[in-house]
Amino acid sequence: MPRYSFTVNGENVAVEVDADTPVLWVLRDTLQLVGTKYGCGIAQCGACTVHLNGAAIRSCTLPVSAVSGQRITTIEGLSEDGQHPVQEAWLEHDVPQCGYCQAGQIMSAAALLESNPSPTDEEIDAAMSGNICRCGTYTRIHAAIKTAAK
Amino acid sequence: MYGLEIAGVIQPADGSTQEPLTVLNVSRRRFLKQTALGAGSVFVLGVFSGCRADNLAAWPDRAEPMGSLEDAGFRPNVFVGLNDAGDVFIVCSRSEMGQGIRSSVPAIIADEMGADWDRCHILQATGHPRFGNQNTDGSRSIRNHFDDWRRAGATAREMLLAAAAQQWETDTESCSMGVHEVTHADGRTLGFGELAVTAATLSAPNAPTFRPRSEWRYIGTDIDGRDNKAFVTGSATFGIDVQVEGMRHAAIMRSPVFGGKVASVDDTAARAVPGVLDVVRLNDHSMPPAFQALGGVAVIAENTWAAFKGRDALQVTWERSPHQDWSTEAQRAAMDAAVQAAGTPVRNEGDVEAAAGQQVVEATYHVAMLPHASMEPPTATAWVRPDGTCEVWAPSQAPQTARGSVAGALGVDPEAVTVHVTFLGGGFGRKSKPDYCIEAALLSKAVGAPVKVTWSREDDLRHDYYHPPSAQYMRAALGEDGKPLSWLHRSSFPPIGSTFANGVSGPGAGDLRSGVSNMPYVIPNVRVETSEAFAHQRIGWLRSVYNIHHGFSVNAFVAELAHAAGADARDYLLDLIGPDRELNDLFPRPPVLDTARLKGVIRRAADEAGWGRTLPEGHGMGIAGHFSFSSYVAHVVDASVEDGAIKVHRVDCAVDCGTAVNLDRIRSQMEGATVFGLTIALKDGIEAVDGRVTTGNFDTYRLLSLAETPDTHVHIMDSELPSGGVGEPGVPPLAPALAGAILQATGRPVRSLPIRLA
Repeated sequence: MPRYSFTVNGENVAVEVDADTPVLWVLRDTLQLVGTKYGCGIAQCGACTVHLNGAAIRSCTLPVSAVSGQRITTIEGLSEDGQHPVQEAWLEHDVPQCGYCQAGQIMSAAALLESNPSPTDEEIDAAMSGNICRCGTYTRIHAAIKTAAK
Repeated sequence: MYGLEIAGVIQPADGSTQEPLTVLNVSRRRFLKQTALGAGSVFVLGVFSGCRADNLAAWPDRAEPMGSLEDAGFRPNVFVGLNDAGDVFIVCSRSEMGQGIRSSVPAIIADEMGADWDRCHILQATGHPRFGNQNTDGSRSIRNHFDDWRRAGATAREMLLAAAAQQWETDTESCSMGVHEVTHADGRTLGFGELAVTAATLSAPNAPTFRPRSEWRYIGTDIDGRDNKAFVTGSATFGIDVQVEGMRHAAIMRSPVFGGKVASVDDTAARAVPGVLDVVRLNDHSMPPAFQALGGVAVIAENTWAAFKGRDALQVTWERSPHQDWSTEAQRAAMDAAVQAAGTPVRNEGDVEAAAGQQVVEATYHVAMLPHASMEPPTATAWVRPDGTCEVWAPSQAPQTARGSVAGALGVDPEAVTVHVTFLGGGFGRKSKPDYCIEAALLSKAVGAPVKVTWSREDDLRHDYYHPPSAQYMRAALGEDGKPLSWLHRSSFPPIGSTFANGVSGPGAGDLRSGVSNMPYVIPNVRVETSEAFAHQRIGWLRSVYNIHHGFSVNAFVAELAHAAGADARDYLLDLIGPDRELNDLFPRPPVLDTARLKGVIRRAADEAGWGRTLPEGHGMGIAGHFSFSSYVAHVVDASVEDGAIKVHRVDCAVDCGTAVNLDRIRSQMEGATVFGLTIALKDGIEAVDGRVTTGNFDTYRLLSLAETPDTHVHIMDSELPSGGVGEPGVPPLAPALAGAILQATGRPVRSLPIRLA
């Protein structure tokens, strides 16, 4: 098997997996970082969202061969102990219901605020359009992003 | 430290059982054996310690649709524990899937006990009859068990008061409950930890008294969401996250046509996929399917990706199924034909045929077949050990059902099976069925190692226990005053009973009680009929079940009648519901519909929404109210149609669920139900041709997005009546309220879900 090296949450990792293995499954099954979730496998739901060099991407369709030498951040590495402003805003608004999609939602929101600290409603809509939530926590996600942007 | 602790039973104080508690330490992602309460001296107040008959007598014999507590072999030995450091442990026997039950139920117990919520630790029960009913469905964790949880806490409180009296050598009248401490009349205090040893020696009272509402600290507030920190840091363990040493991963190819049996398998290409370890053929299921595994061919691999790739590389041919020619279009046509003819009456008052009015309104309503589509697909991990015992870790709404079903499939005693309940990444009724747990157990037995089965999204959408597709015909004759003189309603859909029995040919009388035969309107001539329909897939319960299509048709039809009569939709609806009364005759079993409460939520939603105000050009406002799961919910929707696209601007939702336990989770459930209802109304149904479901993923079964979510306002009615359900009753009224808004905005009725404007 080929070997791929990259960083995850600031640590260098090297994995030996099939070249077409999506980053999602490398994170979950090889590195046992299971905070990043599987939802669709075709980049339609956003549950697998992580940061690649700081930008939000869908890890379920990104082959591991494409991330050599690059920098991945997952929900486990977003902050030391849930102290990222987005995570704190999520707690303030009691956003989660089942919680399953929330890691992806938070990673998308954090990337948005990193590039645009004061997004408009329309910009929030656009940035979060790829993250779906079956429980329907959207009203609170929107409110929490507004809070985190303050 | 924030992970779900998967727990067995806290030890009774008498030490009658010695097995240590198994705790899943998710921070280290491996299993540790340790006692529940940490090292050192452990004293547990077994509130229901032992299994003494006098304690059992304290629990009510409450009749339930799915069996009484007695039937379940209820042995409530422990729900509350306390150690000498003052830590309180509360067992949550209900499954957490987003409704906040791991906060709400323990907070009720803590409130009655007098415990400080911040010093309470929540343990998740495994599936076992000793915990009473654990089927977390039917919106009943609180509506059926509120007093049970209170009794658990009140028992602990009285024992702690008695312990304090004994230690002070005084009478209990001199002692009062503070917060996590007992106070003596003279001002002395004893903390819970100081009382644990004495309390553990006392008998439990048979009939503890409940605290007055004025003493509640947590019930009726926004109760702190216990697991939110775990969710936002990614440390919560869902079913799909379970890791067991030596675990293999499995993906299964199931028959693309329901009922198809494996004819031949060529696994050459599958076995050539790197990481694939084995291919296992599962037994075909028999009819009726019930909770059986669906069968098919499983690929066992080192990781999920290899399992998925190996499964996709399988070459399987299938025998012809009786459902080979099924299509959703043909099924709809068959149900359409069925409701045009007379069906089997289940309610008949007066003579609907003889009632001639000024105007006859008729309509046929359709709701598509619907999937659950929980964000976490079905998944389970099982480990069948050489000694025949089996452990299962699963996101299960019904861990006792899973336990019994796995035991049955393995041919072992249920006592040999332990089902650990993880967090559920959504449930909505799908995860009440244990088929995926059985798959994991059978595969673990076959390969001699722990196995995790993961369903892909396609597996989930193509092999669900679907909400049934339906057709409903309605006809009313309106009198000179515009009010209906007659009401005819025929409902056709393959019922859930078809999943559990062969030969079911349509809904039974009981199936029409969810909103059809028990519609609460004052009309002199009423006839309700069931019509034929056949299942071509497994049919199951989806959040609010038949109330989805019945709440839609009944409310949308009333809006059409109001429109035909030229009346205000709210006033017409309230007038049709009529005088305040309890509809005992339509509800042979509790719950009883109280029309005053139904009208109450309708008026509240209308008032909050500003019903009757001048709307922007192109907007319409619709209203609907529905009673289900002992609760009353009304929606008012403000929507417009612009360039053929529906836009929902604002939703007001009023809910009367009796005594409100957790205000924040009631609001969040109504917010979520609004989104769930809008997805049903605006997005997609399941489509099938040539026997195969063609809908495959979130590109063809789309969910509402953040950008499409309206400004939503939830209004909770004050009430001290018994608690009703919260998880489901918010769904039914949304779609018909939207239909009413579109009717007002465009003059055109909406009769199908999902809505497709021509």
